[in-house]
Amino acid sequence: MKKLNYRADFPILTTQINGEPLTYLDNAATSQKPQAVIDALTHYYTTDNANVHRGVYTLAAKATDQYEAVRDQVAAFLHAARREEVFFTRSATDSLNWVAQTYGDQFVTAGDEIVVTVMEHHSNLVPWQQLAQRKHATLKYIGLTADGQLDLADARRQITAKTKLVAVAHASNVLGVTNPVATIAKLAHAQGAVVVVDGAQAVAHVPVDVQTLDADFYAFSGHKVYGPTGIGVLYGKYALLEQLTPAQFGGEMISDVDWQTTEFAAIPARFEAGTPNIAGVIGLGAALTYLQGVGFDAVQELEQPLTDQLLTGLSQIDGVTVYGPRALADHGPVVAFNLAHLHPHDVATGLDMAGVEVRAGHHCAQPLMRYLKVTATVRASVGFYNNSTDVERFLTALQAVKEFFHV
Amino acid sequence: MSILNLKALYQTVILENAQALHHCETLTGVPSVTLHNPSCGDTINVQLVIKDQTIEQAAFTGDGCTISQASASIMTDVLQGQPVSAARQRIANFSKLITGTQLSPAAQHALGDAAVLATVAEFPTRIKCATLAWHAADQLLTMGDATNGRTN
Repeated sequence: MKKLNYRADFPILTTQINGEPLTYLDNAATSQKPQAVIDALTHYYTTDNANVHRGVYTLAAKATDQYEAVRDQVAAFLHAARREEVFFTRSATDSLNWVAQTYGDQFVTAGDEIVVTVMEHHSNLVPWQQLAQRKHATLKYIGLTADGQLDLADARRQITAKTKLVAVAHASNVLGVTNPVATIAKLAHAQGAVVVVDGAQAVAHVPVDVQTLDADFYAFSGHKVYGPTGIGVLYGKYALLEQLTPAQFGGEMISDVDWQTTEFAAIPARFEAGTPNIAGVIGLGAALTYLQGVGFDAVQELEQPLTDQLLTGLSQIDGVTVYGPRALADHGPVVAFNLAHLHPHDVATGLDMAGVEVRAGHHCAQPLMRYLKVTATVRASVGFYNNSTDVERFLTALQAVKEFFHV
Repeated sequence: MSILNLKALYQTVILENAQALHHCETLTGVPSVTLHNPSCGDTINVQLVIKDQTIEQAAFTGDGCTISQASASIMTDVLQGQPVSAARQRIANFSKLITGTQLSPAAQHALGDAAVLATVAEFPTRIKCATLAWHAADQLLTMGDATNGRTN
């Protein structure tokens, strides 16, 4: 039988915060790292460090083989049609900016429409806002239904024949919803637009199949999927990538450089100028191997009861408002809420005193905060290594905060 | 449970100020400075009526946490009626206090209720909340200097 307790794999979970056991409930911001990832980084620097794609010596070949093996691994993880459709970036933010600066700058023109949703993280919003300003295009927003889900009727209204690009989060970092990306892609494609998906909040929780979703571009960060910081992924359909001029130039992305002209390398090297984050890629590979060892069935089996416990527990505390859908079936492992009129920072400082680490603020989604008519919220988000004790500690501490502030 | 440590940060004076804010109003025709705390979205707008190098009136509006609201409220009490030079000194001393520097008893006394915010130094993630209004007041005084052609 498969084990269902992975806490021992994450050394940080045995540490203390403010004299209390660490109760880490900010997985939507970043996930903790399993020993396997920490070991992979140490092992790489201890035994395999060399620059990739350059040396003819054995050590360089070892590093290159490991680096390229992770590309295969990511392609399989995303169910990409071919390995060349995957390349490495700094982060999901970097990936999304890259699409805006290549596809966006090449194909969006004055009068075109760019459609985003009101729930987007700034990383999948500001690049499009800036692109719209540069190109004199129109930025349009898809709204939400009354229970905080993406409003597909509004999506049908907003996506028109003028739409060039639709950008949507696979899962929200505030509302806890997973968006119907395949439906959005269908609407976009029917109008000749491409769909860009921010997968940052999805990849650690649900299996991703970019072909089933029919995403044209799909971005995610390594650090939210149990890997290191500073490594991101961009998937792009090969036929689209072929049309794009690189955003950056330099080493490794060329096949021949003459005095006045340069012939670019094949895809994906064309889009990976300079020495990449080799250790980050190898760490990401270790993280995906680890996560796939756990399996998404187990991830969901572990996370869903915790989300249920969070939603149920919060609903039993007077004065708590939860944002996003209340039904468990519609809710991923991210729960945003407020405690009466108390500011989220006051709540989060109180929880911190009890070792409970949650996020408080606008979650890099200020337009969504405006839409919800709040300035900020508290957010608790679980990962599969959390347990019911973590959620109990959170709820007990929240009750104590409520009593302290008399709200 | 160490949640009781909250008492060190949220002292009675702070909670009382946050519940009944002093000088929380918008003054018409008076210069203002609005500052944001980008990490949480907090906003504070501060206004100062300065006549004959004295702060005749201080007011603020905004949206933020208990610490930022209480600190702004207390600040208006501390600055109102003060000569600009003394106000500057108090702002500078508040900045020292909040980052853990020990003040002389006289300087601490001059800060009035603001002196209780010294404990914020033990909560580094909340220092920005406490200083937001004071930075806005400082900018207003600097703008006043520019208008008056002063260079010091």
